[in-house]
Amino acid sequence: MNDMRLTERNMTDHKIKMQARGVDVFYGHDQAIKNVDVDIEDNTVTAFIGPSGCGKSTFLRCLNRMNDTIDVCRVTGDIRLDDEDIYDPQVDPVQLRAKVGMVFQKPNPFPKSIYDNVAYGPKIHGLATNKAELDEIVEKSLRRAAIWDEAKDRLDQPGTGLSGGQQQRLCIARAVATNPEVLLMDEPCSALDPIATAQVEELIDELRERFSVVIVTHSMQQAARVSQKTAFFHLGELVEYGETSQIFTNPQDTRTESYITGRIG
Amino acid sequence: MTLAPFVILLLAALVGYAINLRAARAIRYGGSRLHSLQGFHGLFSLLLVIVPVLTLILVWLAVEGGIINRILLSSLPDGVLDGLGSGAIQLIGAEIRSIAGGRVFGTPEDWKLEAAERLITYREISSWLLVGVVGAVSLGLIYFARSRVAAEFRARQRVETITLGLMVFCAVVAIFTTIGIIAALTFETIKFFQLVPITEFLFGTNWEPQIPIREDQIAAEGAFGAVPVFLGTIVIATVALFIAVPIGLLTAIYLNEFAPGRLRKIVKPVLEILAGVPTVVYGFFAILVVAPALRQFGESLGLDVASNTALAAGGVMGIMLIPFISSFADDALSAVPRSLRDGALALGATRGEMMLNVLFPAAIPGIVGGVLLAVSRAIGETMIVVMAAGLIAKMTINPLDSVTAVTVQIVTLLIGDTAFDNPKTLAAFALGMMLFIATLVINVFALRIVRKYREIYD
Repeated sequence: MNDMRLTERNMTDHKIKMQARGVDVFYGHDQAIKNVDVDIEDNTVTAFIGPSGCGKSTFLRCLNRMNDTIDVCRVTGDIRLDDEDIYDPQVDPVQLRAKVGMVFQKPNPFPKSIYDNVAYGPKIHGLATNKAELDEIVEKSLRRAAIWDEAKDRLDQPGTGLSGGQQQRLCIARAVATNPEVLLMDEPCSALDPIATAQVEELIDELRERFSVVIVTHSMQQAARVSQKTAFFHLGELVEYGETSQIFTNPQDTRTESYITGRIG
Repeated sequence: MTLAPFVILLLAALVGYAINLRAARAIRYGGSRLHSLQGFHGLFSLLLVIVPVLTLILVWLAVEGGIINRILLSSLPDGVLDGLGSGAIQLIGAEIRSIAGGRVFGTPEDWKLEAAERLITYREISSWLLVGVVGAVSLGLIYFARSRVAAEFRARQRVETITLGLMVFCAVVAIFTTIGIIAALTFETIKFFQLVPITEFLFGTNWEPQIPIREDQIAAEGAFGAVPVFLGTIVIATVALFIAVPIGLLTAIYLNEFAPGRLRKIVKPVLEILAGVPTVVYGFFAILVVAPALRQFGESLGLDVASNTALAAGGVMGIMLIPFISSFADDALSAVPRSLRDGALALGATRGEMMLNVLFPAAIPGIVGGVLLAVSRAIGETMIVVMAAGLIAKMTINPLDSVTAVTVQIVTLLIGDTAFDNPKTLAAFALGMMLFIATLVINVFALRIVRKYREIYD
């Protein structure tokens, strides 16, 4: 862990992009998330850490209403994106997901060409009016995901033919192609080798310039390396939330301290 | 009496099991460590008795009749068989057997009655002999199995080997049956092509298989151009697929992605019931409900509709194929990983867009495989077309006309007084061969596609 970097990191105040208040999530009769309050800042990488089954992924999936696809899942409480309640019946989850993109644990490129993978989002949302514009979006997204150089000569080849790390960067390119405001990442490096992980982490830091990034991670080192804010979840509760440097060097809660020193989790 | 050897075998196997189990247990309680669990020592004895003795009984029963028959014929008084052909000798054998079975017609000669009594005696001797042999062999095998029981005896491996052999045998049975069917078809087909030129069969457009069976019978010369027959099958199958593929696919898509859980729980079993309806019942439905309704509807529009339309037969066949296609497509769609659904939804795709652009293309090889299997079922389907399609082969692709199908012709060619050496009967085998080749090609093709598709996600 690079503690020097943590303390030197320049902390500026950003505006609050997403705000969660009193969020409870139930799977059937089991409560997975208990009364969570979180503010996600713009242009910031926020890390959710915690032991397996603590609800961090479940909470992440509330932020773009991906939990709607699970029949038994019920979300209560208030989650706002730019002061708009995303669980309001007026809100169309399809449009919400265009604004809040998501990258999954396992790379999941569609069985289509690399180009079509990236162009899919812009196409269904009508972001490009002609082929040239679409080409431009695809190139820009692939560049942002730091995979343009590897992919530019094989855009018509299937995305499933790439290596694991390349596939994950392709999925990131696919997610940023719709020009989202928030990017959710659910353990994006857990299926990757260390080199690919380093590339993706570097990428996350760059993505912060344009998006608000929320990342769920198992690895505390990763949270320390890439995030400015860290939230520690335990047994469905948000135990502690604050500056990453403060969480890792001076945790307020004993459970946080036990976790980051390796005693629980 | 035929039951006795089987009972003896069963008892012997159980006794062998018990003896070996006890022996093995005794060794264990004696303080030695058994290599195999005692149960395997028991099973070893059980299998060692059952497999060879069962084979012995079955072979015995299979060859017994032939051997007794030969002994019987050679025991007949001199001279009665002189100058008779093999057919006549067979008839005499059959007559003696029926007398022995108590069915006496007319007043048979004395030597036949005596022969019948001898036959009964031979049969008794044979069955007692079998019981004796089975008992002796079983005892020998039990003794052998018992003698092998020892602490270090690898009974488990032996049991596994024998079981493996049994599984191989079962697998081979299906293969040899297929080979047998192909061989039978091939021989008859070759005979047919010796009578009718293969070019006439494959390219002829006239199918009139009515030929005189007796010398004095007045009938056409017979024409064996199979094109109209196959055309009929193709018309009916096409109609069936035009109904089954869209309905089946949309059903699968709806059930897989859009249907609420409760509806899915109702609709899926109902579809399975549809798949379980006997085809003869579909035949009723076609001939009693669909065909008259179509005819009435067609007449109200001023169309000329035959009473046995390809549309009625194909339509009902299509209904039969709906559950087939929908369950295949449902499986293919369910096999698409959840991560791809999530990926599309997370990009802001609607469920329809996700289905159309992501799930469906990913599942299409599996769906195509299912459709091809449905095609081969459609062209091989017999009962519905026998009941609902016509008998006269016509060169037409009009679904409102009456057409015949390959399977219908096979059935009609083989029904009634037939001799196995005239082209009318042999034509059935040639048609069957063609049908077999067609479905085989489609099935191989379908399975290849399905297999290729499996490789993507495993």
